[in-house]
Amino acid sequence: MSKLYSGAEIVFKCMEDQNVDHIFGYPGGAVLPIYDELQNFKSIKHVLVRHEQGAGHAAEGYARSSGKPGVILVTSGPGATNVVTALTDAYMDSIPLVCISGQVPTHLIGTDAFQECDTTGITRPCTKHNWLVKDINDLASTIHKAFEVATTGRPGPVLVDIPKDIQFQKTKYNRPKKEKKLNGKSHNHFNQNSIDELIELMSKSSKPIFYTGGGVINSGPKASELLRELVYATGFPITSTLQGLGSFPGDDNQFLGMLGMHGTYEANNAMHDCDLMINIGARFDDRITGKIDEFSPKSKKVHIDIDPSSINKNVKVDLAIVGDVKTVLSSTLKSLKQKKSKFLKSNKQKTSKWWEKIQKWRSVRSLDYIGSEETIKPQYAIERLYELTKDKDSYITTEVGQHQMWAAQHYKFNKPNRWMTSGGLGTMGYGLPAAVGVQVAHPKKLVIDIAGEASVLMTIQEMSTAVQYNLPIKIFILNNQYMGMVRQWQELLHDKNYSESYTAALPDFVKLAEAYNCVGIRAKTPEELDDKIIEMLNTDRPVIFDCMVDKVENCFPMIPSGKPHNQMILGPKDQESKKITGKGKSLV
Amino acid sequence: MPNSKSAYSFSNKKEKFDTHIIVVWVDNEAGVLARVVGLFSGRGYNIESLAVAQVDEKLKISRITIVTTGTPQVVNQIKLQLRKLVPVHKVADFKREDKAVIFKEMALFKIVGPNNKLEGALKACKKYNPVLLDKTKKSNVIQITALRREIDKMSKDLKKFGLVSVSRTGAVAMTRGADIFK
Repeated sequence: MSKLYSGAEIVFKCMEDQNVDHIFGYPGGAVLPIYDELQNFKSIKHVLVRHEQGAGHAAEGYARSSGKPGVILVTSGPGATNVVTALTDAYMDSIPLVCISGQVPTHLIGTDAFQECDTTGITRPCTKHNWLVKDINDLASTIHKAFEVATTGRPGPVLVDIPKDIQFQKTKYNRPKKEKKLNGKSHNHFNQNSIDELIELMSKSSKPIFYTGGGVINSGPKASELLRELVYATGFPITSTLQGLGSFPGDDNQFLGMLGMHGTYEANNAMHDCDLMINIGARFDDRITGKIDEFSPKSKKVHIDIDPSSINKNVKVDLAIVGDVKTVLSSTLKSLKQKKSKFLKSNKQKTSKWWEKIQKWRSVRSLDYIGSEETIKPQYAIERLYELTKDKDSYITTEVGQHQMWAAQHYKFNKPNRWMTSGGLGTMGYGLPAAVGVQVAHPKKLVIDIAGEASVLMTIQEMSTAVQYNLPIKIFILNNQYMGMVRQWQELLHDKNYSESYTAALPDFVKLAEAYNCVGIRAKTPEELDDKIIEMLNTDRPVIFDCMVDKVENCFPMIPSGKPHNQMILGPKDQESKKITGKGKSLV
Repeated sequence: MPNSKSAYSFSNKKEKFDTHIIVVWVDNEAGVLARVVGLFSGRGYNIESLAVAQVDEKLKISRITIVTTGTPQVVNQIKLQLRKLVPVHKVADFKREDKAVIFKEMALFKIVGPNNKLEGALKACKKYNPVLLDKTKKSNVIQITALRREIDKMSKDLKKFGLVSVSRTGAVAMTRGADIFK
């Protein structure tokens, strides 16, 4: 007779078979049997966070930077509810997470027992799928299926809720068998005709643009390689969403920068005026499209996405190719080479006028700002950080707000999986725990959280986690004492009524760093900034860097509310030189 | 249109709403109805009526029939979102006008009153396959099967005969002829 394992052991047996090496978690009454077994499974390292939301974001950072699913272990009730924000965040940004939660024993479910909550009910709308395991014999197959659901198709979070009595019960353990496809939900639904049609559209176009998103990253590093190959083979311009940054080199001449609400002038105008838009792994999010009725009115639109429900959700497209980006790109390249081997040459002339136009938009230099010798401009801080770290293979996470947009605009990414940011949900407090997770996955690499002082305070407790595990993350705070993006909207949209957006009693971040037993560094002037950044980079311990920046700087360019792409507001430098301050104001 | 002070844009487009019948085959497991219904409420779709029961005991498959309204784009989203749910096997969708499909709802009417009224009520239901399920000196329970609007009409018309209670199901659907839903 084969050996019997407890439910708690089975949880770890499954993780071993799924090649899990790190889990992020926090113990509690309803998961204690699982924590009991932790010591018997040496290949699995547990990272103890300080709040379950931190476990969730750390798992997200781990997943996004490594391509593997992030695993979370939390207790019932508050443990589960605390992780909901991170699950929702992962759902919006398509990050594969497997969350194991403890539950009160089955006979107490529904009695309002201590630390009971309807975990599967609460997490149903923010997971791809979830399970309450009520029979020990279902446990192993459920956990294996959970990993499969999280990582296949459009990735996302899943949750397995395990009552405490199930964790104690014993049964046999079966290794996962190769599962057949989920209810026939396979992921490639395109045929050669669509690829041919795409190539036909590409060869006819004189004003083309690639618009790429997080789907390229999720499809794996190979997809980014293929994307580069395709972009170089066509000579087309390319822009990227916030989540897609890094799939194409940020310093390449064909790259127009990020698009959308705070995207570059050239990217947004090219999106508006193009005659062919090829969307690869992006979802026509409302931060991208601006006013939907006037979105890119003259273009043929192609949408390549693994999720059929993304097609025609926000924007109607002319050609939909449902499939994995990697597979679609490789088919496209193959056909392109076969049918139009001289595509680049024949296309150069056709798109030359288009490139001239793009150069004109570029010459506006929409990311420029007015420098200062007295105060550190936040954009300048990011520029310096980039210049001083670009030779290292660094990983950047962010919180949410102005600093996030400045980071996306001014930090250039050349590789996929190097940029971790909360895009869809916009979760303040994401960056610090995400940096913890990234550093766990890449212990030798430089990991920087570009933060705002308001966001970082939401999950600052995870510094303690970083210190415990010797994770030398760098928290680079652009400290303007305001919730900067809130303040900016209040200035531009709410008659400068700065309601509750100023934090009057901030901690001393240098002292706070010392209290956490890590290193605090403060920079107050542009003059000392470089030296301080170098000091930070030379410190092999966690650092909180308090970068005191201009308090009232705004993030430009910007598409104002309800406006299409070609009606951007540019920065103050441009407004001064063109005297359009009045008009710019009326636009918002 | 409100003058937006937020960074969300408003659309001026007005599109026609159609009534659709969506049929969903799902694993009959705990929480599956909540998943389907939650998808509708969470994404702001309408449910006009809902009928659900297990149809295959061995495979444990339930069939859910949902009557909904929406623009073509919304109805398409409903189908695509439903197909993404793990316990969903297949999804079919029909316009209410579709001649190739039969739609039926059932209603129970309780009539209380003197004999002539009870008989009047039964007679009024004649077109809709009335079945007298229960009869006392003072009351009748009549079952009819009909279309939604016909039942709506009967619920009004029977008032004068002493209708005191109405109970009705959601619509169920089946294709005409030898074809089955694919």
